[in-house]
Amino acid sequence: MATVVPTRPWRATPQVLATEAAGLAVALVLMLLTLRFTGFSGPLAAALLFIVYATAISAGLEGRRRGLRAAQDAFVRALLITATVVVLLPLVSIMWTVIDNGRAALRPNFFTQDLTSASATGPVDQGGAAQAIVGSIELVGFATLIAMPLGILSALYLTEIRGRLSGAIRFLTQAMAGVPSVVAGLFVYSAWVLGPGKGFSGFAGALALAILMLPTVARTAEEVLKLVPEHLREAGLALGGTQWRTVATIVLPTARSGLITAGILGVARIAGETAPLILTVFGAVAINTSMFNGPMSALPLYVFNELKLGLDMAYARAWTGALVLMVLVLVLFAFARWLGGRKTR
Amino acid sequence: MNDLVAKGVHAWFGDRLVLEDVNLEFAHGTVTALIGPSGCGKSTFIRTLNRMHEFVPSAKFAGEVLLGGNDIYASGEDVTRIRLGIGMVFQKPNPFPAMTIRENVLAGPKLARLKVDDKATLVEKSLQQAGLWNEVKDRLDDPALGLSGGQQQRLCIARSLAVNPKVLLMDEPCSALDPASTLRVEETIDEIKHEVTVVIVTHNMQQAARVSDYTAFFLAELGEPGRMIEYGETKQIFSNPRDNRTERYVTGQFG
Repeated sequence: MATVVPTRPWRATPQVLATEAAGLAVALVLMLLTLRFTGFSGPLAAALLFIVYATAISAGLEGRRRGLRAAQDAFVRALLITATVVVLLPLVSIMWTVIDNGRAALRPNFFTQDLTSASATGPVDQGGAAQAIVGSIELVGFATLIAMPLGILSALYLTEIRGRLSGAIRFLTQAMAGVPSVVAGLFVYSAWVLGPGKGFSGFAGALALAILMLPTVARTAEEVLKLVPEHLREAGLALGGTQWRTVATIVLPTARSGLITAGILGVARIAGETAPLILTVFGAVAINTSMFNGPMSALPLYVFNELKLGLDMAYARAWTGALVLMVLVLVLFAFARWLGGRKTR
Repeated sequence: MNDLVAKGVHAWFGDRLVLEDVNLEFAHGTVTALIGPSGCGKSTFIRTLNRMHEFVPSAKFAGEVLLGGNDIYASGEDVTRIRLGIGMVFQKPNPFPAMTIRENVLAGPKLARLKVDDKATLVEKSLQQAGLWNEVKDRLDDPALGLSGGQQQRLCIARSLAVNPKVLLMDEPCSALDPASTLRVEETIDEIKHEVTVVIVTHNMQQAARVSDYTAFFLAELGEPGRMIEYGETKQIFSNPRDNRTERYVTGQFG
């Protein structure tokens, strides 16, 4: 019996790939020629010309090979690839700018020291942002502790209890999502900092951040809980579970990874907030681990304050602060994803 | 002795009466099949028997359903206790996706906060009863969704049996299954019927003839609510029906 060789006949053959590569090369040449002999100039024009030429050539080649419908397919595919690149460009650009500028002041002391003994004009190997890193972790953590349960509970009210207030609550959450962050800060400033809070504190900041995080968590959690099929709830109730037991043992575990996503979106919403923190935690140069006692720092505040100084060294520190904030959020996301994926075998 | 008695059961969705005056008794250790064309109210009826009917917001009800002599609709009754005594298997297999095979079997006791002294024995016994034990005994900690559709349905049966119900309601349990899996489920019904009273809704008349001792024929005439047309021993319903609508239905002339 002859040996059967496994192949992938649906894959593009080397000839097709070569033709496509040649088409792209032609588009590149055409672009250069156009730039050389017409009034077009600059990188934007170059990119635009290349996209137009490459799209046309790729559609033409496919059309010759497989007909009109294939040409349309190639045309739309080229548009989609372009759109993807256009969306990714700013993201990559921002990340690159932050990494590039943030490298300069990225020293071990940035993580271990605060700014009590170092001056703003001093070299970057003195002083650091330990107070801001500690502050950010505490603020985001506390805000999450407040907003996650509240958000999930209000989502449960909307999806499980479906009570008479559902409409009003949904409307209010939507409205809350539109509240400018500085207003949340002002609210906590007048209601807590000037009142029972007796001055700036980490807790006041966490309150303001929780106000901002709550609508994001509640809305996303609601969408996620809606995706839990009705027949699972029925199965739970038919097995003799109360509504609460059914939600706790079936609905919530089924929606777990989605609820964690809701939390991630919420954290993403608040991690970079600056305005409400100015009005609630104020900022500090020394590490303050107490949530209830006096001003503390946070990475966005640190970046803001360093930028305000207008000095080269301070600029460098600000960029590094932004870089650390970005990485911190990334680490939090990775941790949350790991937490969510752990049991869903 | 009759485990479950339905007396003058009426059901509405909104103002529309969908089920009128059904009277049925389900004797201990028997299998009763509910047959009839789509929309005749048989699924609605089976859902009134463990108070799942009331989950439709516009649902209304009149009548009595007696479990061991007590009306399950009486105002003092604890609905979760009732459902512990009357299990239900649904049309589509619905194992809990976030749980393993073992956890699915133990979901009932967990939901109802029942204490289980020997979980391993309960898992094995329930899966044995559902005819699934040999296929899954080596992978009890695998996710339940990794099972085939037929296995998932038998897992759901095992899950219902794990709380030791008096009655098991099955709402078209085989309509999503292939013939081989259907056969396994029918074998399971044969095995458990001595301990558990089974009520099964089915669109498959051969299935009704194969598994049931008694058969009730439901029909909703155009513009009328669903009614129980005829009830009797399965043999009699299929060989010698009294009502000519029953005869036309079981001989395949409509429905």
